Amino acid sequence: MKKIFIFLILLINCHWAHSQQYMTRSGFIGFYGKTPMEDIRAENKQVYAIIDAGHKEMAITLLLKGFIFTKELMQEHFNENYVESDKYPKASFTGTYTINVPPGSDSIYKVTIKGNMTLHNVTRPVEIPATLQMQQGRLIGNAEFKMKPEDYNISIPSIVRDKIAKEMNVVVKLDCNTK
Amino acid sequence: MLLKKVICSLIIIITIGELHAQDSSLLKSLNDSMQTSGGVNYTTGTFKALHIINMQTIEAPGAGVLNFVIQHRFGQINSGAYNLWGLDNATLRLGLDYGISPRLAVGVGRSSYEKTFDGYVKYKLLRQSTGEVNMPISVSLLGSITHFTQHYDDKPYLDATYRTAYTAQLLIARKFNRNISFQLAPTFLHYNIVPTADDKNNEFAISAGGRVKITKRMSINAEYNYLLPNQVNSMDVYNSFSLGWDIETGGHVFQLVFTNSQGMVETQYIGRTMGKWGDGAIYFGFNISRSFNITKNAKNRASW
Repeated sequence: MKKIFIFLILLINCHWAHSQQYMTRSGFIGFYGKTPMEDIRAENKQVYAIIDAGHKEMAITLLLKGFIFTKELMQEHFNENYVESDKYPKASFTGTYTINVPPGSDSIYKVTIKGNMTLHNVTRPVEIPATLQMQQGRLIGNAEFKMKPEDYNISIPSIVRDKIAKEMNVVVKLDCNTK
Repeated sequence: MLLKKVICSLIIIITIGELHAQDSSLLKSLNDSMQTSGGVNYTTGTFKALHIINMQTIEAPGAGVLNFVIQHRFGQINSGAYNLWGLDNATLRLGLDYGISPRLAVGVGRSSYEKTFDGYVKYKLLRQSTGEVNMPISVSLLGSITHFTQHYDDKPYLDATYRTAYTAQLLIARKFNRNISFQLAPTFLHYNIVPTADDKNNEFAISAGGRVKITKRMSINAEYNYLLPNQVNSMDVYNSFSLGWDIETGGHVFQLVFTNSQGMVETQYIGRTMGKWGDGAIYFGFNISRSFNITKNAKNRASW
């Protein structure tokens, strides 16, 4: 009986220790693409992210309407014509990374995050190089990668195709607190 | 024995819980917390352009955005082959619209019809939204002034006051879904001079218009401006009815239109439409608009 109790306590502890979760509601994701015709800059500062340091898992989600563009008309077209945020309001990512980031040290760990990205009702497997860092009890994640609109079934009319960069450079900055 | 069973099942439950704590549950918890935080979700793009056809929409250029519009009407279609069914003649309005703040816009224009200058102020009073604030409609207030400068040798008495007229419009619109938008506008017109004493200086009208999108970037528009009866008696005026086809490409909106109005400002097309659809007195034409971000703020909005 005692053994079982001890085992149970251990299991619960173990569960707690492993599910040390870090979260933010004000993460940053921006995407940028420049051609001589159009300079696209869009930034979202209301990104929700959660990182489970124990399981080395993470999830990110955002409202596409939260992207603020330099040009208001471009923002309207992004929502109405490209990502169709009335039908598919969110973009999200779930994934895992491989290297353990211990709470004690504040060195920067280079990790590779593998997972699934969902945008415009299309889910694709992606692999993203990123850095993770523990700093005073916070978990800070940064990443930069490229995305192609066409990969997510976002069609760009031929008349404006040359004005819009073929690939968007995506910048992610997450500063998560313990949950 | 019972205790043992309870503990066993507890362990199983916890273990199962552990197994289930995969990434999908992380995403679910994010989605849940996003749901509760809410926020206001404003409806955008009720109309693509600042005009349905002739009638102004609730839309206004964004803060620091300058919109340039060319409104062009050929002659009447019933004017015969000699005039190439109206294509030989043209009436034009050039307009500039500017967003002072996200809610306030001003505009100026010049029409070739009676060499008319116009100016307007538009204020977005209410914006359709869902979420924390549930607002079913958008409402904008429009006040405009027109001043024609055409010389009439037989009317030497026309001074600056007599050449001026005013419009006040309450624009009420709703975007029903991604494809269908509708607008209703009670209108008040004031003319400082009218042709005879039988005509009213103050006129009332109700305008209505809407659009149906046929693709993501194209829509079919229609508008009807109903002038209340017994206000203009000395001449035959008709209610203005127009049909249009919007095509949007990037920063341009191109509108092909058919209308029985030659003028393109409120005091002309609502109160002084002389053409009748039944007679083929229809003007074919187009509106082209292009928007420019001109202030530093408008250019660097993302880094606010």
